[in-house]
Order: sequence, then structure tokens, then C-alpha cells
Amino acid sequence: MSAEKQEFESARGGVPADQPEVAERGTPVVDHAESHAGEPIPMHGSREERAGPYNVIGQRQRKTDGLEKSTGRARYTDDLTLPGMLHGKILRSPHPHARIVSIDTREALSLPGVFAVVTGDEMPIPFGIIVWTPDENALATNKVRYIGDAVAAVAAVDEDTALRATELIRVEYEVLEAMLDPHEAARRTDVQIHEAKKEGHNGNISKIVKLEFGDVEPGLAESDVVIEGEYYFEGTTHTPIEPHCAIGQWDEGGAGAGRLTVWSSTQVPHYLHRELAKVLEIDPARVRVIQPHVGGGFGGKSEPFDLEFCVAKLAIKTGRPVKILYTREEVFYAHRGRHPFHMKYRVGATADGKLKAVDARTLLDGGAYSSFGLVTTYYSGQLLAAPYEIPAYRFNSTRVFTNKPACGPKRGHGSVQPRFAFEVTLDKLAVQLGIDPIELRRRNFMGSFRRTVNELRVTSNGFMECLDAVEHASGWRERRGKMGYGRGLGVAGSCYISGTNYPIYPNRMPQSAVQIQVDRSGRVAVFSGASDIGQGSTSLVAYIVCEELGVPLDYVRVLPSDTDFTPVDLGSYSSRVTFMLGNACVDAARKLKALVQEAVGAEWDIPPKRVLLAGGQAMDAMDTGRNMSIVKAFNLAEARHGTLGSVGSYNTPNDVHGEYRGGTIGASPAYSFTAHVAEVEVDDETGFVEVKRIWVAHDCGRAINPTIVEGQIEGSAYMGFAEALMEQNIYKDADHGRAGLHNAPSLLDYRIPTSVDTPELQALIVESIDPEGPYGAKEAGEGPLHPSIPAIANAIYDAVGVRMDRLPFSPPLVWRALRERDEAAREPERMAAD
Amino acid sequence: MKDLVTLHVNGDTHQVAVPTHWTLLESLRYAVGLTGSKQGCDKGDCGACTVWLDGIPTLSCITPVYEAVDKQVRTVEGLAGMRTAPGVAHPLQDAFDVCGAAQCGFCTPGILMSAAALLEENAAPSRDEIKDALSGNLCRCTGYTKILDAVEMAARTLRGEEVAA
Repeated sequence: MSAEKQEFESARGGVPADQPEVAERGTPVVDHAESHAGEPIPMHGSREERAGPYNVIGQRQRKTDGLEKSTGRARYTDDLTLPGMLHGKILRSPHPHARIVSIDTREALSLPGVFAVVTGDEMPIPFGIIVWTPDENALATNKVRYIGDAVAAVAAVDEDTALRATELIRVEYEVLEAMLDPHEAARRTDVQIHEAKKEGHNGNISKIVKLEFGDVEPGLAESDVVIEGEYYFEGTTHTPIEPHCAIGQWDEGGAGAGRLTVWSSTQVPHYLHRELAKVLEIDPARVRVIQPHVGGGFGGKSEPFDLEFCVAKLAIKTGRPVKILYTREEVFYAHRGRHPFHMKYRVGATADGKLKAVDARTLLDGGAYSSFGLVTTYYSGQLLAAPYEIPAYRFNSTRVFTNKPACGPKRGHGSVQPRFAFEVTLDKLAVQLGIDPIELRRRNFMGSFRRTVNELRVTSNGFMECLDAVEHASGWRERRGKMGYGRGLGVAGSCYISGTNYPIYPNRMPQSAVQIQVDRSGRVAVFSGASDIGQGSTSLVAYIVCEELGVPLDYVRVLPSDTDFTPVDLGSYSSRVTFMLGNACVDAARKLKALVQEAVGAEWDIPPKRVLLAGGQAMDAMDTGRNMSIVKAFNLAEARHGTLGSVGSYNTPNDVHGEYRGGTIGASPAYSFTAHVAEVEVDDETGFVEVKRIWVAHDCGRAINPTIVEGQIEGSAYMGFAEALMEQNIYKDADHGRAGLHNAPSLLDYRIPTSVDTPELQALIVESIDPEGPYGAKEAGEGPLHPSIPAIANAIYDAVGVRMDRLPFSPPLVWRALRERDEAAREPERMAAD
Repeated sequence: MKDLVTLHVNGDTHQVAVPTHWTLLESLRYAVGLTGSKQGCDKGDCGACTVWLDGIPTLSCITPVYEAVDKQVRTVEGLAGMRTAPGVAHPLQDAFDVCGAAQCGFCTPGILMSAAALLEENAAPSRDEIKDALSGNLCRCTGYTKILDAVEMAARTLRGEEVAA
């Protein structure tokens, strides 16, 4: 153990006692903080050496629900039908900004087949995923703030009747001026999208964060070179293939003690549970949220939506189950996608490429509501502070409301946009100083077991290995600069959180928990509150139970996300699940394991620690010939201890954040690291960019199932590539149709890549073995997206010498950049001719 | 207005009463009760609803139910047992599981139907041919890599070649 790490760990109270071997073994990440500039860094141990004494962890495994999904048996919310079920539809605003003068539902209610209509005044309590900014209503109460804002909902015998009924609802609007441009919204005080929170405040400002660490201006003044740049990240949206869907059911319990059940395609059953109880004014003990299989989320289903409140209210009003399924168009209105960012960066460095100071100014276009915006605004600055050593850092971020669908968290929440700007800036720095871009990044590596300039605690850090891996795999040294005009390689790096250290409503209860129960057959049931949205959290639970209890994988049944039966897990967001759920599961499984070891040890008259549970057996570690079936071992333990069960939970460490206002936001128990190299070919005549290949190396701590980790890495790189080249979540202005209307709310017009568009993706797993992660694991679901976009931008520069400082890198924009470059090249000739 | 329609699905015959304007997808999901085929976009853009009509991959969400009358419909639920013993997963379904080709799994049924049709026609497709065959099916989770791997693995299995687990 390095002295630095030792000191670091004693400061935080040491490694958990039950995991010393995990913390010690391998420790493959040597400390690179002293910089090995230009030196090849050896990989630390082969995969086999690192694998550890595990039977299941680290092995390629099937998922517990893989065949269920590939045979069509998996049930998603819209696959459920309840007896007597009605269908709902939501009436949406045709105006981007208007006051509701009156709503007349009489004609709709009189349509045969209509059972109920609900409007905003029946659910007046506002909600919001962040407890400090509840500014949304289930249905608009007095104002609509974007085209698509929900106004009223109908329950009818079928979808067609419900749709016809919405057309019979008469809404009188007083149309208000719409704010579509964030710069204008920030300036104007005569048009207010929300009421100002305080006297003298502008109701169009959602959040302002100004933080400074170290002395930025002196740092810039002392720099040998300062790169200034302006960047624009156009927004994008998630487009999970499953549209949002919810079903509500009300069971009358007598004496007013009814029970509400909501099935939803949500990523956050626990938050939905809380908000349903609050908005519908029902005791949370009488609310049950069930999450069936979810057909993708990516952050687009990580807060409550109008449809969940509406199915609940309509079910209460009618006494019948009610289902609402969004159309694809409605999914675009629900949005919560990546914010458009207008960014200005000043980055200073010494002549040998060491960063001195970073100054960032960012304007975030938030759309109509707060959503996670408070966090987004912090993340826009906080998460840039690693993996590089930045001695002085300042950011000034302002999130502004506009009359467009609300932006929120999309895979890599809040930090994909600044990472684009910053990594392109680093590339400019490398070019200006004549330093290889990978080498420049190595020189600035912050090291492991360090605090960032904004005081975030970083533990394991495999970023250097990530750089090595992509450099090697891409043939960087041999090929870069030798591929001819039109072809190029680009590099970028990044870091991301493994969960937010502090929950989004303040409390000190565990962030994740599981409960395990053992049957006399040897079957192990695990009740897990975590939300599997395709990333494999249900399988993770099963792998850990198998590893610890030694049962075969098909002996484990996982019951996920049913708030009546599963302990609280906060949901699938912020890349928190593997780290937090994994640790909770290890905790529960080891408690149970101890009971079994104790009972078998007593039977054999050996110390409990000598009893191994593996491969369906309990055996004596000193004499593996002495063994019994795991079923017999469980039965012995049940006879000795009573019915076998255990609970386990995980909560985050205390001192991992900065001691300043907002210093908890961005804090995580561990950080993942990524490096990309992208190879592109640019057609000079058309501006068409073809990404040939992306090499992605990601430090996930430990790959609990390498197949699943690769899938997360590939999916992330794909999504970043898609944002870089194809996706445009934009709205019409008055010159091009109805101002504020989504430009392309369909999967044909909002272009996402097909199998033919997507480049070859090569996932390279780096394992730094985090001391606090389950078996050393960290996140893999969001981090690997970040460098995609700047790596492609930097590759375009390498190929054709033009800088793409705004997204997307589509033919019109690349072509224009190429022609501007040509014009600039001709300028001296013209001057000479004059 | 509802009509009585006879559908031949996965070898079974169903008589179902459906609204006259319903698509084949709506009829399969909400009348026959086969919910494996998915609705992702309502308008033929995403491919999650892909089924076979007389062996040809077809977007069931933009196919009026009447188009399917007198034709053989095959859905993802009818893949198991087609090239294997009854109830045993199609090699594609197994390969998707082994390779981790289904993450959220929502696009999977449609992709399987496109891929299975390709393998019926072409026992040894190149990677580019697989990409072409799947180009009408959007997947948002995987970046397609593991899907392409799985189709290649299934093709090897169907050709009787050794496949590493």
C-alpha cells in the first residue's frame, strides 16, 4: 500500500473490516502523480492475476432475465392488462406560454364511454424531484409553460374514446409571450415563466452557482499559454425504445382506507412512491409502486411524470384500473434530456503543458421546469475537477427557464457538455505547445487517493491505464499524423461519479438495501428495491448471492422494485446501483453466510471461518474432501438459528465532500475514469464525418460480469457518438412554423443511429479495484459516454484541421467549417493581390 | 365498430373481435394476448413490432390487421421450437442471452425476428450483411456490438459449428 493511500485510509477510518482482502489484493494502480511523462506504463497484472479467489464475480455469466427477454416473456408495463381497465389520454397545451382562463369538461364527460375527466385544480400540490424546487403540477393549475404541457386527462372505455374526449375539452387560454432563447429569458424581467422566489429576483432564473477554488486570475496571468474558447452543446434527448407507461389501481378498503397501486416504467420507484403520496394526499403506507421490466431509461424516466399522477387520480375517481401509454410524440414532450449549454472556457498552462487555472462560464437552457436542474447546474462545474490536477478552478453557471420541455438528467448528467468543451480545449493546448495529446493528459494526471481542487475525495483511479489501453489498441503512436488528409485520430478522457454521496432528499438512512430469505430447498430469494432498466442490477444481486452463499445461479430468485415488499433503494440514476446495491447485497449475504458457517463449523467441530461455501457445497477449507451439499448446510443453519433470513444495507461515507455551500453535490464514494480514441474519415467535399472506430478504456474498479460491463461501455460510446454526429433536439422558431414546437418528435426525424450508422466499438476494461466498492467495483453505465464527443471533435481536427466547437458535427456544420478554413487560407493571397 | 378476424399466429388459429382500424400489432398485443412484440414509435420507425407475415419481416404497427388474414404470422413467441425441440429457445434467443445482446430487451423481439429471417435466407452472413438486415431495428442500449456478435454466434450454431460458451 502506498504511503499516500495509507494516510488517506487512516483518515477515513480504514477499510471495512470484512473486506480487507478485497482492498489489499491487486491494488494494481500505482501512483502516477509523480508523472511518468512519455514512459510506457506497464499494466499491473494479468486478468487472471487480478481475478481474485472468486467463483462467480469477474466471470462472464448469463443475465437472470436474459432468456425471459429474448423469448418475449418479459412483461413491461404496457404488457399488463387488468380486469375492467380503462384507458387514459392527456390533453396538452398548444401554446408555449399561456394563462389558463377556464376549462370546460362538460362536453367531454357527456361522451358515451367516458368515465372521468381530471384537471389541475384536483391535484393542486406541486411536486419536484428535488425537494427544494417543487415547481411542477400533475396537470397545469393556472399556466402552461411549453407546447405539450399537460392540462387535463380523461379515462374512457378505450384509447380512441379517451382521445376524442380530450378534443371536446374546451380550454380558454390567454396567450403570453414565449421565451425560447435562454439569453433573452435571462435578460427579460417583463415576461416571467415562474414567479420570482424572492423580491427583486428574476423568475426566469432557475439556479446560479458561482464557485472558485484557488487563485484563478493569478494562475491565468502566470500561464505561458491561455486558450480561450466558446462552445455550444445543442441539447439531445434519451429516446428509450419503450414509451412511458403507467397503470393505476385503487382498492377501496372500507372506511376510506383505500390502497393505491401504480405500475410504472419508472427508474425511481421510491421517489415516485413519495411524490404520489404527497400530490394525491394519501398516506404513503397506502401507496404501492411496482416497476415491471423497463424498456430503457437513460435518465428519461428518473422523476415522476404527469401520467403517473393521472392514472392514480383517474383510478380513484372511477374505481377502475386506468392505463396511460405515451405516444412517441409525448415522450419527446416529457423530455428531461440533456441541457443545451453555452460555454466559455479560459484554460491556462505552463509551456510544458501543466494546467495552471481553469475559468468556465456556462449558460444552461433548462426548459420550463426545474427537474434535476439544481444538481445539473452544480454538476456543470463540479465534475470537471478530475482526472486532471487543476490548481485553480472557477465556474459560474446559470440555469435559465425557457418555454420548452424541461431538460433534466441524461446519461452523464450535467458533465458531458463541459467535458466536451474542456477536452477540446486540452487538444488545442497540446497542438499549440507541440505536445502529444495523450502525453499532455498524462502530465496532468491527478493521481489516486487524492482530493480534487474542489475537495472531492477520489479513491482508486485507473485513468493512466485507460490512456495506455487506448493508445496501444488504436495504434496511436504508429498511426497518428500518418494517415493522410481526411483521416485522423482523437483522444479524450473523463471521470464520473459512482452514485451521489448524499441523497436528493436529506436523510441519513441507507441509500440501498436488500433482504434475503432462504428456503429449505436451497432456493434463495432476494428482495431488492433496485430498478433494473436493462443495466443488469437484478443479475448483479444474483451474482453476489451466488458468490457469497455458494448456490448455483438458478437457485436465486430476485424480486425487484415493489415498494410493498422490497426495501428502499433510491433508484437507477447517477450510476449508483452497482456500487450501492452491490455493497448492500454483500452485507446481507455475508450476514447469512456467517450463520451457515457457524452451524456447519459446529457440526464438524471446526472454526466457522474454515467453512467455505462454493459450487453448491459447504466444505472444510483445510480438507475439501470433507463437504456437504449447500442444502444440508442451510438446513443445519435453520435448525440452529431459526428461519434463515438477513437484511443488508449500504450508506455512503461521511467525509468525502467539500466544506462549502454545494460541496456535497458532485461528491461520490468513488469515481470511474475513461479514455477514448476515435478514428474518423472526413469527406472534404460534403463535410460528412464517418467515425470508423472508437476504442474505449474504462476503469470500472472491477468488472463483476465483464459481458455486462462491456455492454455498458459500448452502449455509452454509441450514445455519445450519436450525440456528436446525428442527434438534434431542437424547437421551431416563429420563422419556421409554430414557435416552441418540437422540430421532430418522431424516431424518423429525430435521428438516432442504426446498426449501419454505428462505428465499430471496442470496449477495454480497466480494473483499479476500489477499496470501498463491492469486490472493488465502480460504475460503468455513464462514465464511458463522456469522452466520445470530444474524441471525435479532436479526430476531426486531426483529419482536416478544423475545430468543431459546437454540436452536432453534421455535414452542414462541418462543411461550413471547412469552407471557412479555405477562405481563411485564401485571405493572405487576397491581401497580397490588393 | 368491431369485426371478427381470424389470425394464424405461431401455428395457432385465433378468432378475435377487434376494432376495424386496429393494426396487426394492436390485435396481437391486446386481442390475442401475445405481448412479446412491442410498440416503440407508433409509426414504423423503430422496428420493435417486427413480426413475420408468411416468413417476411413486417412492421406490424403499420400493418392493418386485415393484411394478416389468410397469412401465417410468426412472432417472437413462435421462435422457440421453430428450429429446435418444442419449448427450446431458438439459437438466436440463446445467443442473445449468452452475449448480453439484450439489455433493456424492448427492441429484442423485433431484432430477433429480423435476424431470424436473415438466417433463414443466409446461413453464413457477413457482419455487414447482418448490419443491413437489422438496419430497420433501433436499439438504444447496446450500440449493436453484442447484437451482431450474437447473430454471428447463432449462425455458427445453426450451421452445426462448435461455439465457445
